[in-house]
Amino acid sequence: MADATVTLPRSTPRRRGGVASLNTGTAFGVGIATLWLSLLILVPLGAVVWRAQRDGLGSFWDAVTTPQAVAAIRLTVVCALLVAVVNAVLGTLIAWVLVRDDFHGKRLVDAIIDLPFALPTIVAGLVLLTLYGVHSPVGLELAYTRAGVVVALLFVTLPFVVRTVQPVLREFDGEMEQAAASLGASSFTIFRRIVLPNLLPAISAGTALAFARAISEFGATVLIAGNLPVASVHIFTQIETDNTVGAAAVATVLLVIALIVLIGLDLLQRWAARHA
Amino acid sequence: MPKYALRSVALGYLTLLVGVPVGLIFWRTFEHGLKPVIDSLTDPSVLHAFRVTAIVALWAVLLNTVFGVGVAVLLVRHRFPGRRLLSVLVDLPIAVSPVVVGLALILVYGRHAPIGGWLTDHGVKVIFAYPGMVLATMFVSLPLVVREVAPVLEEIGIEQEQAAWTLGANRLQTFRRVTLPAIRWALAYGVVLTLARSLGEYGAVAVVSGRLIGKTQTATLVVEERFQNFDQGTAYAVSVTLALVAIVVLILINVLRPKEHT
Repeated sequence: MADATVTLPRSTPRRRGGVASLNTGTAFGVGIATLWLSLLILVPLGAVVWRAQRDGLGSFWDAVTTPQAVAAIRLTVVCALLVAVVNAVLGTLIAWVLVRDDFHGKRLVDAIIDLPFALPTIVAGLVLLTLYGVHSPVGLELAYTRAGVVVALLFVTLPFVVRTVQPVLREFDGEMEQAAASLGASSFTIFRRIVLPNLLPAISAGTALAFARAISEFGATVLIAGNLPVASVHIFTQIETDNTVGAAAVATVLLVIALIVLIGLDLLQRWAARHA
Repeated sequence: MPKYALRSVALGYLTLLVGVPVGLIFWRTFEHGLKPVIDSLTDPSVLHAFRVTAIVALWAVLLNTVFGVGVAVLLVRHRFPGRRLLSVLVDLPIAVSPVVVGLALILVYGRHAPIGGWLTDHGVKVIFAYPGMVLATMFVSLPLVVREVAPVLEEIGIEQEQAAWTLGANRLQTFRRVTLPAIRWALAYGVVLTLARSLGEYGAVAVVSGRLIGKTQTATLVVEERFQNFDQGTAYAVSVTLALVAIVVLILINVLRPKEHT
């Protein structure tokens, strides 16, 4: 599951052999694909941005600076940042354990990592509410709290860092580590000076994707958030009350944040590829 | 010693975050036996919701499979201006909130929008009907087939396809006899992922379907509606059914994945 969602933007690789030039067949295919993607994605997303500024930039600004909108954007970004940091640390740790450690049931644990991607998000929300909701059997009532939102986001973003770091760690041979150890480096120094720098591009890629997912999540947070202003829940409420301009304005802010993260990620990957 | 510390942190985190909650929902569902679960699942509106989910998912998977293979071939085998832009467009849905997807479709295909108004005048209802739900589902699952098939197409190169051409095979024959067998595992993987995403979509469908019980309500929408209306038994039963589908998908993925590398 993760492999699909975690496919990273990358620079164009070199192709083997020749490639068909722009002939009628290609032009026809490109035409169909462009038309299709325009009708499905480009025009609708354009319409969101267009609707956000329909009554002028001033009213766009008014819509995103209402107290509810500001609270929603702030809460969402803060929670997403927290989720990104936890994922960066624990995701790397889990990937490490899954690659370098060996124990009974490792394959099962490895398969469970993908469960949050396979599970419908609304079911994920319900599942967490059963354990951490009102009348929590473990005495942890996180429903309708920020902590609850963070736990829901941690659940749905679990696979991102694990699945981007895992293959890199698997490729990474132990020779450098052995060399460092033979020169007297402590295991902490080896991790800090040898392993971490090599994993950093993968960790940041996974973290960026987890952050992008966290700011846009709806299904997992809608039940657990209650009256807390989460950005996507705020947008949903605005749509339901027919305030499409307000919905579109906050949606545009989310789209811009996501776009910045994806472009930043692309630049980072190119930089890493050049310095590899 | 640090090895065991790391292992316990990792396993402890996974247990608390995934293991216990998922286990608990199964226990809660079946704590009063099988009968209430079966009663919940055979409720007419629940059965109808599963039917709606199946119809929407099948259309989305079918269209995204055909389109996904087409775009993958286009991106890998052809050079044209704007190729990089097309590739970015295909990835875009990953970063868009499902609610925003729903809003975007309403703003274009709603009754009061230009395209939606024109379609309504010609008898095609998109929003609050199947077409809109299929569009929303396709939007969110768009990259899955493309991103599985494209790297494999890249990997296999074009020597075999060229050999087929020189031996007189036409485009369709080449695709059917040479390309398709080579990408079949990646394609199967992509289709399974698309199916899982389609069956589980909630946010985008919640916006465009209008959530009409017995009409456009899908299985995931039933979960939310029943939970809000304090019918937790049905919410749990439908959730567990969807979770079981997810687990089957996981097993399929684990069966399909090794074959990709051979």
